[in-house]
Amino acid sequence: MSIKPTRLLLIKLLGGAVGMFLFALFVMPPLYDMFCEVTGIGGKTGGPYQVSEAGVDTSRTVKVQFVATNNAAMPWQFSPKVYEVKVHPGEPTEVAFFARNNTHRDMVAQAIPNVTPFNAAEFFHKTECFCFNQQPLKAGEEADLPLVFIVDRDLPKAVTTITLSYTLFDITSRADDSLAKAN
Amino acid sequence: MAHGPAKGIGRWVFTTNHKDIGTLYLWFSFAMFLLGGFFAMVIRAELFEPGMQIVKPEFFNQMTTMHGLVMVFGAIMPVFVGLANWMIPMMIGAPDMALPRMNNLSFWILPFAFLMLASTLFMEGGAPNFGWTFYAPLSTTYAPDSVNYFIFAIHIMGASSIMGSINIIATVLNLRAPGMTLMKMPMFVWTWLITAFLLVAVMPVLAGAVTMMLMDINFGTSFFNAAGGGDPVLFQHVFWFFGHPEVYIIILPAFGVISHIIPAFSRKPLFGYSSMVYATASIAFLSFIVWAHHMFLVGMPVGGELYFMYATMLIAVPTAAKVFNWATTMFRGSISFETPMLFAIAFVILFTIGGFTGLMLAIAPADVQYHDSYFVVAHFHYVMVAGALFSCSAAVYYWLPKWCGRMYNETMGKVQFWISFIGFNIAFFPQHFLGLAGMPRRYADYALQFSDWNMVSSIGAFIYGASQLLLLFNVIRTIKAGTPVSEPKTWEGAEGLEWTVATPAPYHTFSTPPEVK
Amino acid sequence: MSRRARMLFALVLAPVMSMAFMGKALAEDAQRWAVNMPKGVTPVSNAIYDIHMVIFWICVVIGIGVFAVMFYSMFAHRKSKGAVAANFHENTTAEIVWTVIPALLLIVMAIPATSALLDVYDTAEADMDIKVTGYQWKWQYEYLGEDIAFMSELTTPEEEIYNTAPKSQYYLQEVSQALVLPAKTKVRFLITGKDVIHSWWVPELGVKKDAIPGLVNETWAYIDEPGIYRGECAELCGKGHAFMPIVINVLEKEEYNAWLNDKKAKVAAERELAKKTFTMDELMTQGEAAYSRSCASCHGGNGEGIPGVFPALKGSAIATGDVAGHLDIVINGKAGTAMQAFGGQLSEVDLAAIITYERNAWGNSTGDLVQPIDVLKFKQGQ
Repeated sequence: MSIKPTRLLLIKLLGGAVGMFLFALFVMPPLYDMFCEVTGIGGKTGGPYQVSEAGVDTSRTVKVQFVATNNAAMPWQFSPKVYEVKVHPGEPTEVAFFARNNTHRDMVAQAIPNVTPFNAAEFFHKTECFCFNQQPLKAGEEADLPLVFIVDRDLPKAVTTITLSYTLFDITSRADDSLAKAN
Repeated sequence: MAHGPAKGIGRWVFTTNHKDIGTLYLWFSFAMFLLGGFFAMVIRAELFEPGMQIVKPEFFNQMTTMHGLVMVFGAIMPVFVGLANWMIPMMIGAPDMALPRMNNLSFWILPFAFLMLASTLFMEGGAPNFGWTFYAPLSTTYAPDSVNYFIFAIHIMGASSIMGSINIIATVLNLRAPGMTLMKMPMFVWTWLITAFLLVAVMPVLAGAVTMMLMDINFGTSFFNAAGGGDPVLFQHVFWFFGHPEVYIIILPAFGVISHIIPAFSRKPLFGYSSMVYATASIAFLSFIVWAHHMFLVGMPVGGELYFMYATMLIAVPTAAKVFNWATTMFRGSISFETPMLFAIAFVILFTIGGFTGLMLAIAPADVQYHDSYFVVAHFHYVMVAGALFSCSAAVYYWLPKWCGRMYNETMGKVQFWISFIGFNIAFFPQHFLGLAGMPRRYADYALQFSDWNMVSSIGAFIYGASQLLLLFNVIRTIKAGTPVSEPKTWEGAEGLEWTVATPAPYHTFSTPPEVK
Repeated sequence: MSRRARMLFALVLAPVMSMAFMGKALAEDAQRWAVNMPKGVTPVSNAIYDIHMVIFWICVVIGIGVFAVMFYSMFAHRKSKGAVAANFHENTTAEIVWTVIPALLLIVMAIPATSALLDVYDTAEADMDIKVTGYQWKWQYEYLGEDIAFMSELTTPEEEIYNTAPKSQYYLQEVSQALVLPAKTKVRFLITGKDVIHSWWVPELGVKKDAIPGLVNETWAYIDEPGIYRGECAELCGKGHAFMPIVINVLEKEEYNAWLNDKKAKVAAERELAKKTFTMDELMTQGEAAYSRSCASCHGGNGEGIPGVFPALKGSAIATGDVAGHLDIVINGKAGTAMQAFGGQLSEVDLAAIITYERNAWGNSTGDLVQPIDVLKFKQGQ
């Protein structure tokens, strides 16, 4: 035979090891993201939503709450302008968050959304969200950040309250990279 | 070709002999065990009383982290590789491992890796302090500078494990003596074969995890950083995808050792050989699909939690079958209680207790109270110390005569066993109580209601630590001045090809393969 | 025991034990030597306790059974007793029986476990929401919709931790402000992390959930009885992991409502207080207390920090230099370091007091007074 059995086995096993390494590095992260996006697990919401003409379900009211958190050493003032609204599924609603850069330097922020309960995440659609883009604010500048959302009519009946939370991160040092993915 | 060993330090640096390399692994792992044990003594000394008496909390976190890393990667994994190196070729009638030079490399990169890891204690910012499970972002954004050396050490140690496992697979699949079919292989060989496949599959995933960490820390990526669109929870998934099979990697060879020793000292064949093989394979398979039971409180949807709970509970079935098989092997045997048998029986009892607490931990709602508490610490010390480590003590007493041609002192062996057994239980049984009472793990200090059991646990730990020094004494004394033995079959009830070669085993054995019926 | 042994005992063991017991004697007697989980004061904590005990007893019974067989063998089948080994090593029926029975037993266990887990996850229809944020190394509580938020930090003094003062009864379990909750109300907790992963655990409520930065977890509790319940951080988060306890004060509903109104009034009063002018003495006194609570764990009670890790404030450029620079770093933190933005954590009065204290303590004699109104103006960019 041309290759000894042990040499062949060695090649196969080394190949397997390298394969598992590449799997961990290049397949697991996107697989994880895809899984989260498709199932809404982990509260991750999707990207910009195209509105369809499904109409408004006026028989149901869902409470939507808004929560804001600054990540460590992110000193901006950041809060929802209204704590909670009551909406009908299918009805586009606009709210805003207030942000103010209190420091003496120009900064760039990224807001990362999270929805709870997790089984509501895939039924919460944002047609316009400040979280889709990086948010630059000059020193002392303030802004009203808009959010337009629709609660899907197919939201499970058991869910009556949805909480949308944003965590604000300071990405000034990495703002030139295109790392802030649309969420 | 078959000449005796070379002379001097060169012998050890350049050896490709499986017995020499086995010896190197065994001594290295013992040294690491004493180092990791020293870190444990610092931990238990600090936890002897409430308040910070000996170290600061920052250093305490380095001690808990280094204790875990050194014990898991420096002691318990290499010791089984050492046993594999020494025993597998002899057990299958092969002259050596399939890839002797890679075998040498696999060993020699380890002292380098652990010297580097230990040196981080003296670096600015200190050693790794984020737990042996190194969750992001504590281990990325908030890590000390030594984290890069930590990552490098893990890569090297992982490469050593992968190469060692490839060697074991190639040896077992290709070098068995004629007539030794797979279902005639000794259990230690079977368990190591399965373990080796697990290692080749998951060690690279750990390498992936630390590479992603390296990139997040040094190259601005965001695998685990939510700011850049990543997720700290991804780290936990990748880590535990490695981490759960890892704990079975640690215990399966131990099962193999016990499956040799109990039949030997019961003078009765192992009960249910084929179901032992199938049970081991089932455990290995199941180990891949239960990882998230380490993450029950991370915010998983209820469907996922239920799945992982059920799958984890299932592992109890093949594991229980193994325990019943060992007990049935003893039943109606003719049992004697030499030191290896004492350790093996203690293994069955104490590992079973650890298995029970594992089943309790699998119950996801109850885990709300157990997770990250001392109940978990008690569980894994029961399965890893009273489980894996006791099986290594058993293996050492059992095979030492074959290795060096001298018998240990039976009284000293029994004394060492009893002090170990008593010290271990005093150290770790109370930790169940501490966890249930509400004490979290990795705590440098604690509220007063936890004082009593902590003091008891520390006393037990000191006793246990002392008993391991006695083990060292026993081993060295035996090698230097033990009663010489030359009977190939040193133990009356021992079976297997290794017990047909001379005692001590010659430098080269089975240069001609034996006939296996 | 021989006389010498008794003396040895008295000289060595007794003093050690009594030293230890001195501290422990202060812990509540009912809690010492605890061996089991508390039943707790919520339906969930009771459900968890029940399933825990069921599984525990099943394991005990199986364990006794298996070990009994082994001990019997060790006694009756000893070689020294003349036992002769049998030769059997297969029995398919036995194998099947002891595979099927455990599997069935697991199914039996899984049913109550599933129902308990569904309970743990049932956060719907809550009456109130509390946001819990884990910081290195303290908790922040926010009463959503009520405009009340505060930090809850360990108040055990350093002297007790480093053994220069005796430990008090609630050593490591007392905080600057407890979370106050009403009894017999479904409370929903939204839990997140500020920096690294923490975990919020209160055993008597049967609640534990990871606090992860960038992600909000939810859990809930319906607390049957008023009382004080203490918990711990349950995920390694750095050097202060053991030093960020949780204290919850549960009041009857009417008392809670009274507390809530009182608290809202206090919050408004605090805002008013920010407009007052304080004397140096007032600022230094309040500053020292606030500093020891919020700053000393990193910068040291003596302002000397930890070399190479946390900078000293004694004689530092920032604490003796430009006031604006000092205000900026305390209020806005320093990106890329462990220095947090305290502007969002502490009141203007506390901030002014701390900065004044840092500028005038340990030999830093700037003579500068920083008033709360200065802090407010700085925050508003003036």
